[in-house]
Amino acid sequence: MLDFDYSFLAEVLVGGLLSGVMYSLVAIGFVLIYKTSGVLNFAQGAMLLFAALTFVSLVERGAPFALALLITFAIMVALGMAIERVVLRPLVNKPPITLFMATLGLSYVIEGAAQLAWGTQVHGLDLGIDDTPFEVAGILISKFDLFAAAVAATMVAFLTAFFRYTRIGLAFRAVADDQFAAFAVGLKLPRIWATVWAAAGAVALVAGLLWGARLGVQFSLSLVVLKALPVLVLGGFDSILGAIVAGLLIGATEKLAEVYIGPFFGGGIESWFAYLVALAFLLVRPAGLFGQKIVERA
Amino acid sequence: MTMIPFLFAPWRPAVSYFGSLRTIARTAVLAISFAIPIAAPAKAAEQYFPLQSYRVGPYAAGGTGFFGGFIDYLNLVNIRDGGVNGVKLTWDECETQYEVERGVECYERQKSHPAIAAWNPLSVGIAYAMIDRIAQDKTPLITINHGRTDSTDGRVFPYVFPLLLNPYSETSGIINYIAGKEGGLDKLRGKKIVVLYHGSPYGKETIPIYELLAQKYGFTVSQIEVPHPGNEQQAQWLTIRREKPDFVVLRGWGVMNPVALKTAQKTGFPVDHIVGNVWSNSEEDVIPAGSAAKGYVAITTQASGAEYPVLQEIIKTVYGAGKGNLDDKKRIGSVYHNLGIVNGILNVEAIRIAQEKFGHRTLTGDEVRWGFEHLRLDEVRVAALGAKGLFHSINVTWDNHEGDGRVTFQQWDGAKWKVVSDWISPDWALLRPIIEKSAAAYAAEHGITPRTAADAETASR
Repeated sequence: MLDFDYSFLAEVLVGGLLSGVMYSLVAIGFVLIYKTSGVLNFAQGAMLLFAALTFVSLVERGAPFALALLITFAIMVALGMAIERVVLRPLVNKPPITLFMATLGLSYVIEGAAQLAWGTQVHGLDLGIDDTPFEVAGILISKFDLFAAAVAATMVAFLTAFFRYTRIGLAFRAVADDQFAAFAVGLKLPRIWATVWAAAGAVALVAGLLWGARLGVQFSLSLVVLKALPVLVLGGFDSILGAIVAGLLIGATEKLAEVYIGPFFGGGIESWFAYLVALAFLLVRPAGLFGQKIVERA
Repeated sequence: MTMIPFLFAPWRPAVSYFGSLRTIARTAVLAISFAIPIAAPAKAAEQYFPLQSYRVGPYAAGGTGFFGGFIDYLNLVNIRDGGVNGVKLTWDECETQYEVERGVECYERQKSHPAIAAWNPLSVGIAYAMIDRIAQDKTPLITINHGRTDSTDGRVFPYVFPLLLNPYSETSGIINYIAGKEGGLDKLRGKKIVVLYHGSPYGKETIPIYELLAQKYGFTVSQIEVPHPGNEQQAQWLTIRREKPDFVVLRGWGVMNPVALKTAQKTGFPVDHIVGNVWSNSEEDVIPAGSAAKGYVAITTQASGAEYPVLQEIIKTVYGAGKGNLDDKKRIGSVYHNLGIVNGILNVEAIRIAQEKFGHRTLTGDEVRWGFEHLRLDEVRVAALGAKGLFHSINVTWDNHEGDGRVTFQQWDGAKWKVVSDWISPDWALLRPIIEKSAAAYAAEHGITPRTAADAETASR
């Protein structure tokens, strides 16, 4: 063990944690929807692609950055509300698998619509944040990763304050706790669902811009949902804090596994290793780290 | 007496048939009558290309460029020359989204069309799924710059043509380029090269050849897998940073490429010491990486740019007539577009060569196969085709289906690719015995008796 390179271990760990933040950004969009409506929105990745593609296409057509952001935000809010109104409201009270299949179909529709509207070309996206590294105690840290972490922290702080201190936020929590009770006390469920879908659209925009700047704006953006799924299993489908903590855990675990265990299996293990961790955790704690434990009476 | 060809071929774009109510009415009348044998004027001779293209889905950017270039060249030959010796070139597109099952479905739909010249799916997976089928059909399958390396051996694979460059030649070409940068093959001794490869059969195909070349030239090689799709590579690049290699070879695909370049920048690896393979060499691979890609070098079989005479003719004749296939004119001369044009040249010239033997008429697939096996385009002929500098030359024979294509290297300057090397020859003599061994194993496994030169000279009509 004398030769063990601890600074390299630290570098892998820090890199993994920062990668995990990017996963959390996607997972938060899932959590928002699941928390209030019990729907696992598989179309979140497609929404992310749609947001990034719309933004970059507007910029390339000469729209100033702020205006493009504003227009895309408006489009994503409208898209979220339209999905709730046209696809999900008619399916209220249907089994969860029906709702899940609806969002699965929706993801294909949104992906197709995005390519139809904006074309199939690959685009670069420059947010003006350098992806160059700087060194702290021999460890390279990317400025862009720190920026993404700051954005994620801001978003979590904003959402936490929103859920805790605003009237509509409290209504969200009431709906999340018990939809029937919330309806019985006069909360307008359709309006709340529409608002939360709009919020998920906005979260997709933020995640889409950050992932788009990292990968380029292209079809593969919609595949980042695959990175969010183990995060959701680990953190719980209805906990924003869980999404953040689990993102960090998954990011760090998969990178450490790739570097230290991967060579024994020929490498390339990180994608399934994250799922292995999530699966193992599921067996021990089915609701995830911070997920709500549902107790049902027989 | 002939039958009117079936009208509702499902892969044809419906838009062109259903423009207005009047069109619908006319179509309905034709539809009622289409089953009735009627006298029809003799059709002009045609040679048909079934195009299993992908214009939507994750790889649409490559598909639109390649098939756009291919169609642009076919259109040029039709408009400028009236076809190949009077034989009109026709085609249909069937959308695969780069998925194997859809590709096979397209094959099943399109194979019944008469006068098929060759299949060009531009997909390793689809090509693999078609090998046995096209051997039965006796129709060529073109896998330009990709496909099974051992299909180079035409004795065992009579109908498969990995034209210009197979994966082993690509590997040799890249090592020869790195050797050139270091001052010669003998200077490779003691160097360290990392190969970062896509976690797929395509990515893994060259693993034994890098090992072989490392042994031969005395460098150490470390091969690191990136799981599909490759949108996260922090662990791999930190490992590379620890290993401190002299060069990294990027054997990527799709989103893996820009992410590799960005993560290299993030972990402090110099981009001009990364050499991309032939599927990591397009604008789509570097533009998303922004400034991280500036200085990146990649192998290619065809130069990019629109300054070549054949490109100028396409712009003038095809796009001038409003028949250009690319929606975005800025993509004319891009890597995939030019690859499509070169692919068009090779297909058309194979037909032309076969016509000189079998007559200026519609050819069978087997006759076109003969044409491909005599596809010899030297630098003079390439220049006459308006492609001097676009690609070097090709010399396909009955047992060498790759055709000794040369490679060159291009560097991304932040806005466009610039050629930075001469045309380089891979070490074919070294690779051929390995290819023959692999092909022999395939033949034994599939009960194939290798052809002879005499077998190859005949073609069924």
